[in-house]
Amino acid sequence: MNLQIRPILVALRRHKAGTLLIVLQIALTLAIVCNALFIIQARLANLAVVSGVDEANVFVVANMWAGIDESTPQVDALVRADLLALRQLPAVLDATPASGYPLKGLGWDNFVTMTPEQTKPTTDTAVYTGDEHFIDTLGLKLVAGRNFHPDEVLPMGAQQALTPPAVIVSKALADRLFPGGNALGKSFYTMGTAPTTVVGIVDTLQRQGVDRWSRTHAGESLIWPIRADDPRGVYYVVRAKPGQLADAMREAPKALYAQSRLRIIEPKDGIQDYATIRHKVYDSDRGMAILMGVICVVLLAITAAGIVGLTSFWVGQRRRQIGVRRALGARQRDILAYFLTENFLISAAGVVLGIVLAVGFNLWTVTHFQLGRLSLDYVAIGVLVLLVLGQGAVLAPALRASRVPPVEATRSV
Amino acid sequence: MIATSGYYLKLGLRSLRRNPALTALMVMAIGFGVAASMITYSVFRAVSGNPIPDKSSQLFTPQLDSWGPQQNLPRNEPPEALGYVDAMALLHAPAAKRQTMLYPVQLTAMPDGKRELPLNANGYAVGSDFFAMFEVPFRYGSSWSAQDDDQRAADIVISDELNQKLFAGADSTGRTVNLGGHDYRVVGVLSHWNPQPRFYDLFSTSGFAEQTDFYMLFTRALDLHIYINGRNTCRGQLSYTNWTDYTQSSCVWITPWVELDSAAEVESYRRFLTNYAANQQHAGRFNWAPNIRLRDVMEWMDYEQVVSPESRISLVVALGFFLICLVNTVGLLLAKFMRRAGEIGVRRALGATRGEIYAQYLIEAGAVGLAGGLLGLLLTALGVSSVDILFKPEIARLAHLDFSLVSLTLLVAIAATVLAAFYPAWRAAHVQPAWQLKSS
Repeated sequence: MNLQIRPILVALRRHKAGTLLIVLQIALTLAIVCNALFIIQARLANLAVVSGVDEANVFVVANMWAGIDESTPQVDALVRADLLALRQLPAVLDATPASGYPLKGLGWDNFVTMTPEQTKPTTDTAVYTGDEHFIDTLGLKLVAGRNFHPDEVLPMGAQQALTPPAVIVSKALADRLFPGGNALGKSFYTMGTAPTTVVGIVDTLQRQGVDRWSRTHAGESLIWPIRADDPRGVYYVVRAKPGQLADAMREAPKALYAQSRLRIIEPKDGIQDYATIRHKVYDSDRGMAILMGVICVVLLAITAAGIVGLTSFWVGQRRRQIGVRRALGARQRDILAYFLTENFLISAAGVVLGIVLAVGFNLWTVTHFQLGRLSLDYVAIGVLVLLVLGQGAVLAPALRASRVPPVEATRSV
Repeated sequence: MIATSGYYLKLGLRSLRRNPALTALMVMAIGFGVAASMITYSVFRAVSGNPIPDKSSQLFTPQLDSWGPQQNLPRNEPPEALGYVDAMALLHAPAAKRQTMLYPVQLTAMPDGKRELPLNANGYAVGSDFFAMFEVPFRYGSSWSAQDDDQRAADIVISDELNQKLFAGADSTGRTVNLGGHDYRVVGVLSHWNPQPRFYDLFSTSGFAEQTDFYMLFTRALDLHIYINGRNTCRGQLSYTNWTDYTQSSCVWITPWVELDSAAEVESYRRFLTNYAANQQHAGRFNWAPNIRLRDVMEWMDYEQVVSPESRISLVVALGFFLICLVNTVGLLLAKFMRRAGEIGVRRALGATRGEIYAQYLIEAGAVGLAGGLLGLLLTALGVSSVDILFKPEIARLAHLDFSLVSLTLLVAIAATVLAAFYPAWRAAHVQPAWQLKSS
């Protein structure tokens, strides 16, 4: 085997251009493929984020009010009546009024400080408002402390900056603010003059946003005991009884319109289940993963086809030489080994250049798009894929070459 | 010349037919490569285009530092919008030829004889200059006047779509609409107008949104305490519980725009802003030196990152993909041309010049490029119609196959293939006739 490398290198020197082109193609393919795999993995990781919500049974009604002035008591009465009606529906387990919901996309977030004087915030938290039904409706797991009492829930109109004395925080926020543990009973400030005190901790509650800013504060959320009585509208988060989501989604708007017709629930997207919400908020992540996946597959196919094409040409060109070798005693597998080794050498050169290009391209995306550093695992996977691909692509022409009869040596070109 | 070109084309086509697998491979490589590039480019073009080409360098959005260095955005960038106090101050200073404040609002139209349920309408609170500044096209009527701005008139301009819903598309100027419990007089109806990206409201939108239903007076919206239906960003401690307190808070939510026609006007407006900030510092309202920005449309779109990293990366990756396809084509053409070294030797020996060999092979490559371009066009059409799998629907909607994209696809495919054929054709043209003739 070793003995064969020198004649291969000599032969390749006579095909400089062809060799260089395959090397270049393999290098570029490696650079694109391992960066694409890396992007795909990062995007799929985003898609797999756990919201903490019982997504199989929860849906959201975006309810806009019509013909209402900015009187909070009036809106409060409407919201309470709506909730009563929703909770009585046969397919509904529970319902809560909310200013937003996990994976909504955009939403309310506040800076957190430990003292009112502190100017540089300790962190940023997503803010959810809801009544004493919020935790059960979303299906959150209370891991410490207690739920809100009904008499703690405050009505809040539009453009009111309230800081309720009690707050339930996600475990991620509790750990960020009080790394020593034991957040229960401790207080912090969120852009208000009064402190808010932790009465409960829930296991997981994802933020509304999934953008880069939100990801640096992933899972940091708080719930305030507030009924959002905004005259513009409110979100009703509703949890259906297990297996009755479709029924509950049909019943809910009917029940609401039966309460009052002075509201708008957009027929297009006024009622959404969590599958839809999740699908929407991650559409660019999913799109990117699909695009990169398609490009990877087509790219590998084209590179493989290129290798097949060029090697076939070389085999055709060297039929006479192959015949001479066969006549001089080379076995079929020697010829096969020759072409496989030749391809391996070319691929190896391509792969080495490709690693340089891959890292270079990644550094460029790091500085321009703040993407993460490429993990070497992806380079290793890419290298392996391309070497196997090269050997696979060269197999058919190499087999054809090995079947060239020795008598070919006696024929002129 | 034309006759020989035709002959070469015939020769080329015959040669392409001789190796159908190799030809198909090249055509597919070009087709896929050009299609991937064109699909991502169609999205990139849609999001990065200049929405108001003839005025984009005359429209500016002023920014004032009302938060201070400790609360500002990264790199001490001032807030991206104005609070009420600064918006009012800028509005009442006649420092620009034209100017408008704006913020998004949402109102409901109550049920009437034709509709059983209320109707949701999205609009903007704007000044009278808005329409002239942004070249908004009117179908009926016109904008309200600057006097109306001062008198807080109950005037409204509605979109063709809302006009269709409310007045069945008739000329509704002078008629009354009730929105949010108040009557408004229609003074104008617009033709379809929805510039993409929505450069004038990048604070509350990502730049891509559905057509706006109505435009009402900024001054009247404030009088009626109509809350912003969009983004509201605040700093420090908040304690407001009503509209008046809210307007005095640190919250920013109003986007200002000014029209400045010359470098001198821009300079003078910049001075005005700096002076205003300096005065606020003297008055003790700002505890920091003036920190202002005056960005024009394209600078503002760039700063607000209207083109998402997704579409940029996709474009780069697609171009890389196309490059690989071309490298592939160079290799295959080389193999194809050199296989005919003998034939080239004969032609050269019979008197064909190098130029003629060049021409023949470049034309052959051009034919491959054309075929690849046609396949690419097919794939592009397919891709553009399904880009909603890859991009957010509001952006995917903008990607479309038009004449310029069709011609660009074909042009790029042919040009790139001919370019890729230069080296193989050069090699073919330099075949030594004697050498070839000897060995056969």
